[in-house]
Amino acid sequence: MTVTELTLRQHAQTVREMIVDLCANPEGGHLGGSMSLVEILVTLYHRVLRISPDAPDAPDRDLLVLSKGHGAIGLYAALAERGFFPRELLAEYGMPDSMLTAHPNPAVPGVEMPTGSLGHGLSLGVGFALDFRLTGSDRRCFVVLGDGELQEGSVWEAAMAASTHRLDRLVAIVDRNGLQITGSTEATAGLEPLADRWRAFGWNVLQVDGHDTRQLYAALGDAPRVPGRPTVVLARTVKGKGLPQVEGQARSHYARMAGRQHKRALAVLRAQATREEPTT
Amino acid sequence: MTVTIADRTAVPSPERAADAVACAPEPRPGREVYRDTLVDLLAADPRLVCLDSDTGLFSPVDWGAAADRYVNLGIAEQNLMGAAAGLARSGRIPFVNTMATFAASRAVEAVKLDIALNNLPVRIAATHSGLSAGHLGSTHHALEDLAVMRMLPNMTVLVPADAAATEELVRACVDLPGPVYLRLGRGATADLGPGLPPLRIGRAQPLREGEDVTIVATGPYPVLAALEAADTLAAEGISAAVLNMHTVKPLDVEALHAAARTTRAIVTVEEHWASGGLGSAVAEVVAELGAGCPVRRVAVADRFAAGSGGQRHLLERNGITATAVAERARGALRARTA
Repeated sequence: MTVTELTLRQHAQTVREMIVDLCANPEGGHLGGSMSLVEILVTLYHRVLRISPDAPDAPDRDLLVLSKGHGAIGLYAALAERGFFPRELLAEYGMPDSMLTAHPNPAVPGVEMPTGSLGHGLSLGVGFALDFRLTGSDRRCFVVLGDGELQEGSVWEAAMAASTHRLDRLVAIVDRNGLQITGSTEATAGLEPLADRWRAFGWNVLQVDGHDTRQLYAALGDAPRVPGRPTVVLARTVKGKGLPQVEGQARSHYARMAGRQHKRALAVLRAQATREEPTT
Repeated sequence: MTVTIADRTAVPSPERAADAVACAPEPRPGREVYRDTLVDLLAADPRLVCLDSDTGLFSPVDWGAAADRYVNLGIAEQNLMGAAAGLARSGRIPFVNTMATFAASRAVEAVKLDIALNNLPVRIAATHSGLSAGHLGSTHHALEDLAVMRMLPNMTVLVPADAAATEELVRACVDLPGPVYLRLGRGATADLGPGLPPLRIGRAQPLREGEDVTIVATGPYPVLAALEAADTLAAEGISAAVLNMHTVKPLDVEALHAAARTTRAIVTVEEHWASGGLGSAVAEVVAELGAGCPVRRVAVADRFAAGSGGQRHLLERNGITATAVAERARGALRARTA
C-alpha cells in the first residue's frame, strides 16, 4: 500500500465518521447511498479534480456534479474533509436556516449545482462539456450518478447527446450499489446488462471496485482517455459500506441515529479501521 | 365596417399575395423573425449559443462562422434544458428552441430546477404557442405555458404581438440577468403597424386610450381582438383603452392599478386556458388593490380545444374573438352600473 492510498483510506474513514455524525442529527440523513460514495468522492477531491478549496469558483476548475443528490451528506462531509469549509459547520446540518439541506445546495462552498430530483446531472454535464469544447478548455466535468437514478429517461437523453457530440471531457461515474428504496434495482426496473447499455449509447465503459481507491484513481486519474468519446466508470459499491449491520441492505437508505446507535456506529467504524490497518 | 380578425391577418393565399404587392409587405411568422434575429445576434456575440431540439427551424448553414455555437440536441427536451443550464452556468447565453407545450409541460422540471432555481440566463424560445399549432391537435396546443412559466421565480415571460415586436424582444432579452420565456406562434399574423409606443420589458404598451373599460391583451390574436373590440365599443359610445401586455412577468402592476382606478372594468384576452394565465395574473393584482373594479376574462375554458381546424377556427370555436371581448366589456360595465 502506497502512502497515497493510505492517506485516501484515512480520508475515507474520516468522511464515514462525519456521515454517521450527520445521521445523528434529529433530521437524520441518507446513510446508505452516502456511505457507498465515500471512496469515489475522496478519490475525486483528493487526487483527481483540479480544484482549490480556497477558490471554489476558480474559472479553470474541474467540475463535480452529484446527480444523485440524496448523497448530499456524503458530499458535504467530503467537502469539509477537503477543506472547503470548517468541519464544525456540519453540526448545522438539519437545523433551521442552515444552508446544509438534505440535497446539495449551491450556497455551500464547493457545491456546483442544486441536484436531487434524479436524472438532471448528466444533462448539466453535457452543457458544461459543450462549453469546454467551445472555449477549447481542458477542464473536465465528472457527474456522479446513482444506479437507481438510471431509471430516469432523461439520463439516456443526455447519454445520447454526449456521445453524438463527442463530449470526451465528460465523465460519468455510476455508484452501482444495486439498491434503491424498496429493494434491488434489478427487481424494480432492471439495468443489466449495464455496461453493454452504456457501450451501445456510444460511451467508453470502465468497471471498477468502487471502494478501491487504487482502481478508482486508475480509471479517473487520466480521464478523458478516449478522444471523442465520453467515459463512464461503473463503480461496484456496497450500500451502507462500513457499517456491517446495514451493509447491502435497502433499509440503510435513510437513517436517524439516536445517541446510543450513533456511538455504536462510530465504534464499529473505528474498530473496522483498526483491523484494516496494514501490519507492515 | 368592422374589421374582423380574419381580414387583418395575413393568409398566404394567391389573391392576398397579389393585393400585398400593392400595399404593405406580407407579415412574417414570429418564429422566422426569431430565427433571423438570432442568426444575426450569434454572429456578433460569442457568448450566445443556440440549442435546438430538432425543430427544423434552423439549418446549420444559417450560422456561417458561428456554426459551432449551434447544437441540435435531438428530440429530448429535458436534456435540452439541462444542457442549456450547464452552458449558462459556464457564462454562455443559450437560446433554446422547442415547441411551447414541450417547454412548459414536458421539460418543466428541468426549467424549474436547472434554470430558474439557479437564475441562469437561458432564453427559451417556444414556438407553436396557444392554438397556433391548429390542426396538429391538442397534443401540440400550448394553453398552459403562461401559467407554468409565470409561477417560476426569476422567470421573465415575454409575448410579442407581431413580427416587429418579436425582433425587438429577442434583442432586448439578450442581456437580461435571469431566464426568459419567449412565447412565439407558428404562422404569420398581422403587423400592428408603425408608430406604436416603444416596447419596454415589464411595461404594458398602451395601444388605445379609453375611459370606460380597459382591455388587457397578450399575444397576436388577442391584441388584434382587443383592438377590434375597442372599435366596436367606440361605435356604441363606449370608450375602451387597450393595453398590450407583452410582458406577462414581471407584470406591469402600475398600469393595472391605473386601469382599475381610471376605468370601470377590465377585460383580459389571451390564447391560453382561463386558469393561471394573463387573466388570473391581472385578477390577482386588481383584487389585491381592492378598487372594486370587475375583471372579466376571455380565454379558453377548462377543456381541451379538440378537433381539427386552423388557429383562427379554433380561436373562434373557443371564444377568443373580438365579439366575445366586446360582450364581456358590456357585461362588466352593466354589472358596475346596476
